[in-house]
Amino acid sequence: MGQGDIWFKGFIFAFAASIPLLLVSLVVVLFFWAWPAIIHFGWSFIFSSAWDPLADNYGALPFIYGTLVSSLIALLIAVPLGLGCAIFISEIYKSKTGEYIALMVELLAAIPSVVYGLWGIFVLAPFSAAYIQPVLGGMFGFLPLFQGPTSGPSLLTGGIILAIMILPTITALSREVLQAVPYSLRESAMALGATRWETFKVAVFGPARSGIIGAIILGLGRALGETMAVTMVIGNRPRVSASLFAPAYSLAAVIANEFAEAVTELNLAVLIELALILLVITIAVNGLARYLVWQTTLKK
Amino acid sequence: MINKTLAVVISLVLISSAALAVSLNGAGATFPYPIYVKWNKIFADKTGTQVNYQGIGSGGGIRQFTAKITDFGGSDAPMTEKQMSAAGGDVLHIPTVMGAVAVSYNLPGVSGLKLDPETLGRIFLGRIKKWDDPAIAALNPGIDLPGKNITIAHRSDGSGTTHIFTSYLAKVSTAWASQVGAGSAVSWPTGIGGKGNAGVAGVIKGNEGALGYVELSYAISNDLPVVSLKNRSGRFVKPSIESTTAAADGALSSSKLAKQIAAGDFRLDLTNAPGQNAYPIVGLTWLLVRSSLDGEKGAALKNYLKWALSDGQKYAASLLYAPLPDSMSDKVMKLINSIDTNI
Repeated sequence: MGQGDIWFKGFIFAFAASIPLLLVSLVVVLFFWAWPAIIHFGWSFIFSSAWDPLADNYGALPFIYGTLVSSLIALLIAVPLGLGCAIFISEIYKSKTGEYIALMVELLAAIPSVVYGLWGIFVLAPFSAAYIQPVLGGMFGFLPLFQGPTSGPSLLTGGIILAIMILPTITALSREVLQAVPYSLRESAMALGATRWETFKVAVFGPARSGIIGAIILGLGRALGETMAVTMVIGNRPRVSASLFAPAYSLAAVIANEFAEAVTELNLAVLIELALILLVITIAVNGLARYLVWQTTLKK
Repeated sequence: MINKTLAVVISLVLISSAALAVSLNGAGATFPYPIYVKWNKIFADKTGTQVNYQGIGSGGGIRQFTAKITDFGGSDAPMTEKQMSAAGGDVLHIPTVMGAVAVSYNLPGVSGLKLDPETLGRIFLGRIKKWDDPAIAALNPGIDLPGKNITIAHRSDGSGTTHIFTSYLAKVSTAWASQVGAGSAVSWPTGIGGKGNAGVAGVIKGNEGALGYVELSYAISNDLPVVSLKNRSGRFVKPSIESTTAAADGALSSSKLAKQIAAGDFRLDLTNAPGQNAYPIVGLTWLLVRSSLDGEKGAALKNYLKWALSDGQKYAASLLYAPLPDSMSDKVMKLINSIDTNI
């Protein structure tokens, strides 16, 4: 290797190494600051529902529950909607109008989350309490999930706003993935006499599956970490409740809410431990996604 | 030509360096942020001293002040003895303006709602659940109360407003004092949390039957319906700048607070003050400074505090804060004069 190559290699390595280093230093710093809370509460912190800043008694369960459930609701709504939209635009209705629909969905991604939050609290939350929840309660009221008094700011409303926010991610990425599937595959399937559905199932969805899972996981990542919009509509109540109509709380929301005013050392450490838990959850979700993608690509 | 340009540049540099000669940095409570910004601008125009204030929250303000990152702090909740000793012990609380906490509600067709402290406490404890509860009805003869559920709206972020409100509840309700307590963030027995005044107002507006508390300035500027609260004299009083000042006057007449002031301690709890026209949920906001300050910066900060407590007070009402009553600002001025700047 020439002199230049060695220099180049060194430079590029430094750049490449800086990113994992950043992640490692993030974890180290979070651990360091969270340490007083970790030794004070131990593992019971994760399973406790207490949240009393005056008595310095804290638990993470309601926040973990709220984060996971609101993100799950978001996926349940956004995946069929986003995927359906992407398939429609890329496979069925390929025209200028389709392009406009795609553009508008992508514009949703450009709206700042605080604007979603304001819209959520003044429009979506009252609508959720007045229409969505009574209808769901009427249809599925036999399930504990849909029982209890309705409330505008609630776990369900938080999930719905997250669904709207991750919709552009899922739609735009899925569409890219679908369009990347070579046309020859579709033509071959058609030539073999496959119907439109069969063509899509075999020749398009098969090859695109891992990419679509990736798109969904990116959406989920955004849902788990979203802060501003969620805190404005989720109700900010640190309780685990069976009903989706009840106010709840999320990890990111409680950190944003209480960090500025956390006075005692333990209170601060607890909030940082919650940040650590959120980081672990997102890394775990990403790991799971990698595994799923890896599985589907191996099978082929 | 070049010489001229050079001269202009040099004089500009000199002017700006003179203007930047002293600059003070502070951070803390967001509640007084609008008036501090106004003060800082006027004070800079007058004296050339730049005062910067960041509204990062009382907790953050206390942390940065303790760590000596800032020259002064701002807080809506007084520092505890423990916090003061962590900060070195030489901390003075300088009250600057007062605010009140309004109780607002959403009941279409109902206006002029009245509550007394016992009932308010029981509602926030979740013991009174419906609007047509006999306890509420007895206080509001002639008002047709609906049989709706009461939805409590409270702050989800730690806040000085919550501190004042829960201090009041703890004072008037022994059940509240023992089960919940007073602080910037508490474990609410019931209700929905909203982020900031806007968040609480949003929860109130979006839920028929909601009841919550917001800063008076926010309630006035957004024209929210407010509850008249029964004060210690047995009168129902609406929150306003006048009734806030009346509360401070009333509180100062008590011998306990007079003793505290005489000791140079202005961490006064003004809730549930006596006085015919006193609104009961009223509190101070403070600037935190050290009792000995060095040289130039110290002198500048001392000047700033003196000005804020005298000329600065006239800007309070237009921004919907209540100025300190003269009887108090005189005594605060004495405390400011006692700050030692000769180290």
